[in-house]
Amino acid sequence: MKTYTANITVTLRRAILDVQGKAVEHALHSLHMPSLGNVRIGKHIELTVTAVDHDSASAAVREACDKLLTNPVMEDYQFTLHELAAVGAE
Amino acid sequence: MNVGVVTFPGSNCDADARYGASLAGATVHALWHKDTSLPPGLDVIILPGGFSYGDYLRTGAIARFSPIMHEVIGFANGGGLVFGICNGFQILCESGLLPGALIRNRNLSFVCKDVHLRVENTDTPFSNVCSQGQVLRIPVAHGEGRYTASDDVIKGLEDNGQVLFRYVTADGVPTDESNPNGSLANIAGITNATRNVMGLMPHPERACEPLLGSADGMAVFQSLLRHCNANVA
Amino acid sequence: MTDMTPHSEIEVTVETARELGLTPAEYERICGVLGRTPSYTELGVYSVMWSEHCSYKNSILQLKTLPRTGSRMLVAAGEENAGVIDIGEGYGVAFKIESHNHPSAVEPFQGAATGVGGILRDIFTMGARPIAALNSLRFGEPDTARTKYLVKGVVSGIGHYGNCFGVPTVAGEIYFDRCYTDNPLVNAMAVGVLRSDGMASATAKGPGNPVFIMGSGTGRDGIHGASLLASREFDEETENMRPTVQVGDPFAEKLLLEASLELIAAGVVVGMQDMGAAGISCSTAEMSAKGNVGMRIDLDKVPLRESDMSAYEIMLSESQERMLVVIEQGLEQRAAAICAKWDVPFVQIGQVTDDEHVTITRHGTLVARVPAQSLVLGGEAPVYVREQKRPAYLDETQKPVDHGPVIDAEAFATVLPKLLSSPTIASKRWVYEQYDSQVGDNSVMRSGGDAAVLRIKELPGKAVAVTTDCNSRYVYLNPYRGGLIAVAEAARNCVCVGALPVAITNCLNFGNPYDPEVYYQFAEAIRGMGDMCRALDTPVTGGNVSFHNESQSHAVFPTPTIGMLGLIDDVSTIIGNSFTQDGQVVALLGWHRSELGGTEYQKVIQGRITGDAPWIDINEEVRLQHVLLNAIRSGTVTAAHDCAEGGVAVALAEMTLGKGLGATLNWPFDRTAADLFGEAQSRVIVTIAPENYDQFVEQCQTDNVPVHRLGTVGGVHLDLWNGCHVSIDSIRSAYEGSLPSIMAS
Repeated sequence: MKTYTANITVTLRRAILDVQGKAVEHALHSLHMPSLGNVRIGKHIELTVTAVDHDSASAAVREACDKLLTNPVMEDYQFTLHELAAVGAE
Repeated sequence: MNVGVVTFPGSNCDADARYGASLAGATVHALWHKDTSLPPGLDVIILPGGFSYGDYLRTGAIARFSPIMHEVIGFANGGGLVFGICNGFQILCESGLLPGALIRNRNLSFVCKDVHLRVENTDTPFSNVCSQGQVLRIPVAHGEGRYTASDDVIKGLEDNGQVLFRYVTADGVPTDESNPNGSLANIAGITNATRNVMGLMPHPERACEPLLGSADGMAVFQSLLRHCNANVA
Repeated sequence: MTDMTPHSEIEVTVETARELGLTPAEYERICGVLGRTPSYTELGVYSVMWSEHCSYKNSILQLKTLPRTGSRMLVAAGEENAGVIDIGEGYGVAFKIESHNHPSAVEPFQGAATGVGGILRDIFTMGARPIAALNSLRFGEPDTARTKYLVKGVVSGIGHYGNCFGVPTVAGEIYFDRCYTDNPLVNAMAVGVLRSDGMASATAKGPGNPVFIMGSGTGRDGIHGASLLASREFDEETENMRPTVQVGDPFAEKLLLEASLELIAAGVVVGMQDMGAAGISCSTAEMSAKGNVGMRIDLDKVPLRESDMSAYEIMLSESQERMLVVIEQGLEQRAAAICAKWDVPFVQIGQVTDDEHVTITRHGTLVARVPAQSLVLGGEAPVYVREQKRPAYLDETQKPVDHGPVIDAEAFATVLPKLLSSPTIASKRWVYEQYDSQVGDNSVMRSGGDAAVLRIKELPGKAVAVTTDCNSRYVYLNPYRGGLIAVAEAARNCVCVGALPVAITNCLNFGNPYDPEVYYQFAEAIRGMGDMCRALDTPVTGGNVSFHNESQSHAVFPTPTIGMLGLIDDVSTIIGNSFTQDGQVVALLGWHRSELGGTEYQKVIQGRITGDAPWIDINEEVRLQHVLLNAIRSGTVTAAHDCAEGGVAVALAEMTLGKGLGATLNWPFDRTAADLFGEAQSRVIVTIAPENYDQFVEQCQTDNVPVHRLGTVGGVHLDLWNGCHVSIDSIRSAYEGSLPSIMAS
């Protein structure tokens, strides 16, 4: 078995209103940073996954995202996997 | 007593704070978040409850940069009395006028109910009409009211008598059950080291009339009034 | 523009119309009105304006049978965004209830949040500052992960929006029944106070006056039936372009509130309407039609969240926190300055015209030009008479049911906690502590009375009582009688705190109106509501109809939720629903009847729902409320609690909890389940100081309302009769412990 760290980024789907992003953008502009725009605020989730290979680790993370970590009605997600180290006696 | 109450976009207890202060006999001034100066002769500034700027990003994080806060910080540093209620407490922490931070409640839910507070220090402008150990019944209404700070900061607050109010049972005992949000050391309200800035999660302005269930919150406003009158005399 | 035929993005046929939910006959009607084939944008506008939600095409004939006039009504029923009741001295109370059932089933948090946002806008568009929110919720049994997810999502959505906006959520009701499993009901009500001379109208007037859009940007929120998208390849991109979920921004709404009220107070507003369902389509059409004017709108001026939106999408978008405002010509600068103060976007998108048409351009091209009257109720919008048929199930359910077993001490000690912990009866503390119930400093009696009470700061001493009620089981078992009871119970709850019921708003949640059995339920429930409203002199000020509420291919129980407003002239006379003082007399006011149909006892203990709805007599109910209200106002009655789910026994148990005071009774009736737990109507438990009791009985005799002495307040038990008692501690643990443990499991 191998252990991977997954870095998951959850964002609102593009056409869904991001109320936080809107308020933060307004604040940035009133702090005289007009060059900053299109603020989108999401979530970052880190976790480890133990699996036989990259594909099954990936499948496990996807299942977690679909079932719990995101709300598929409103959110999209992306993730990266990095192998940590071998586990056990191998 | 001249009390200024700041309205941020998203403040929703500003009218209640003005109402509470006026019941105590204060002359009330409405302050606007875009104001770049304060009216002359202010004795107290209240940062009221609400969800300033929607509380997006972090509670109080955006409000802290509004023009009026520059004035409020100057006023506090000059010894003026500043009182932050609920969201106002969060803003005071974000702006560094008070130590520590207020994070998501222990049970992750917004909570609105009456709680009991024990007065821990009567030698402040905010509590001088209270007796030591007096228990007040005042409501809380917040989602992020769990006071947290490093051990050193907590120790400093305790040693200097800066912990002003603590969540307790009706009999005045600080227990886990009487703590509505999981605050460290059951802390509900603190002052700064010089005792002129106070932050309080519960809402005294909602407990100023028996008709609304409790008038215990008047103690805070009456203390401010007594302090200001003593200074005038 | 030389060509007056609007450009169509795609070719429109009867098939396109069908995809948008219009029948072939409706499509023909549109072609007839226009004298040509509609453009795609026009078809979209008709499809939403002629939907049940906007046109009431399947319900209006029934709604018109309701009493809709009264001396206290400041606006005609259904004519404005909300009903307004005169409370004297130049002030009025605006109130309305509305459903957000289907959005809440898709995304419970945002669905419920935007439901609250929508009803708040209806209130402050009138010029009223919201002082209270209520909600009436129905879910499936909370024994599945899905239902718990819906409950948690809806409750936190309601809390999030109301708490952040700054309106106290002061009351509500939650029922759990299997029939709502896939189709929860989320009905949100709001109440506001206005100065009668500062009321705004949703009417456009004065050709040449500028039309503004105010508030948030317009995105692709809630656009449905988008056949343009459906015809594309289904890939991730199209998926992204089809958000049906509207996201609520209570922070933006709070700013919109302040800006709107300041605009109205400044006298620059000609008319104002909130953009809810059908967004710009509905607001432009309704405001124009009401003022017998037209509007020319340039969609290129509308602030968009995504620049590539089509005319169809902009017209149908249901993006939240937006208003359409007609400003008095010449006062635009003043209006703009107010909006700038509150950082609320405020953009002119067109002007009022005298041609009575809504004319829409996009990218400089005419895309829609339709007569405003043709879009709205009362104009060309269709009105249907639907077929009714008495439901077949009634033959089965209306067979007589017996009185259940005789309840001895042991059975009582078992049954009572079971009923108290039934989710429908159990304490909703887990829910209401997540709502800010006090912001605004007006909430006089929180969760301690049969209705919530809000004092009116502007009128010292005065207050209003508000409640929502509907036991849908009764409506299911007997639609007419269930309609009577829904209104009667709401009024009774107001009376129980000492308020005079004056008017209702209603939210009618039913199944598919094209099903004759469902339509029978609908028509009969309305007939019952109307009869009780007339008897109590509580006219209907407005409301909302929600059809197509179905779960597992069955209609939900017919649920006509009533929002009742009561007036209190002297707030010092109000009372709660707990035993307050040792030694006071406990009495049952009203007609004791033994019956078990449709009760919580049936459902929880016997596992069925059958029989007839509880008995109610209109005249008895009126007399009961009259004698009770007078006795509360005179200070004779010191606590009052309506007998509802669980009957007299549960009502008595609930009364021990407020102050932890029990009662020792000498039960004067039979001891069957029907006597103890039956839900016969027109019954209230009251407490009275012993020295006033005889005089109270005399008054009741004069008014021809029976009163049964039950016993005396005191102790730490509820003692029904010698040897039959339950401790307050066990009552409390059953009542308070149930919902938290269900939601945590």
